[in-house]
Amino acid sequence: MVRFFVVNYFVIVDVTLRAGIADPEGATIEKALPALGFTGVSDVKAGKSFRMNIEATSETDALNKATALAERLLSNPVIEDAHVRLGEVSLS
Amino acid sequence: MTRIGVVVFPGSNCEYDALNGVASLGAQAELVWHSTTDLSGFDGVILPGGFAHGDYLRPGALARFSPVMDAVRRFAEDGGSVLGICNGFQVLTEAGLLPGALQKNRGLAFLCQPTTLVVSSTTSVLTSRAVLGDELIIPINHFSGSYICDDPTYDELVTHNRIVLTYKDNPNGSRGDIAGIANEGGNVVGLMPHPERAMSTLLGSEDGRILLESFVATSLATLSR
Repeated sequence: MVRFFVVNYFVIVDVTLRAGIADPEGATIEKALPALGFTGVSDVKAGKSFRMNIEATSETDALNKATALAERLLSNPVIEDAHVRLGEVSLS
Repeated sequence: MTRIGVVVFPGSNCEYDALNGVASLGAQAELVWHSTTDLSGFDGVILPGGFAHGDYLRPGALARFSPVMDAVRRFAEDGGSVLGICNGFQVLTEAGLLPGALQKNRGLAFLCQPTTLVVSSTTSVLTSRAVLGDELIIPINHFSGSYICDDPTYDELVTHNRIVLTYKDNPNGSRGDIAGIANEGGNVVGLMPHPERAMSTLLGSEDGRILLESFVATSLATLSR
């Protein structure tokens, strides 16, 4: 008999602006850095990071679920990309 | 009498301005809670400004899943007149009823000021009574009002006269100075400026009247055709 154990997978979703989309937030942060003594920093991009536990039967299952909700809600595909990755697995 | 529904999301805050604006033009205006699933009986629907669902995640991102939005989609598909003002415009783009997206303003400033708009198309429910090239003084009040879209979308908007209003002096970095656009049929319009706040010279401008007059008049004409 095959049994699927549903466990919680810790998933991280990073949402970033797509290449070519203006990022005034990242640009403003970058401009502030030299005044604070941080030189040589370029290409600063601002984004959002979401962390969640997802009940799933496998890592693939968890990533698929995360990808679906990231594309449906967490990101706006017109201007943003979502990057989904696994954090550490926690049994519950 | 034209019946206009003004949708209220948790966090909307311009619903009474919109309500009073169209009511002052003789329309029968009613507030509609966002859990409503039936918009029958209305000639036009307005999604007002504010911070629907707190603008959490992105402006409009959660509002697009409010029950009323399925009804708004059907209403629009049936040719009903839909107007999204400011946050309402953001909701319409998130819902896919209008193309593109609204990004944070260039310069990251919250902008609250009068702007001069140019009427760029009169083939929409918002501008049907306006005169092409006319300049209107209408206030803006937003943080994420920079209109953005890809090249094919922009070409489509230009080619089919779907850019209805442009800024004379672009305040927020919008592509092509876009202040408002329409869908393919011209019956769904979104704009960042607030015509409902420009209804009386006492308050600085009454240039919003011609826009809401167009919307009220065209709403009735559209559904009773």
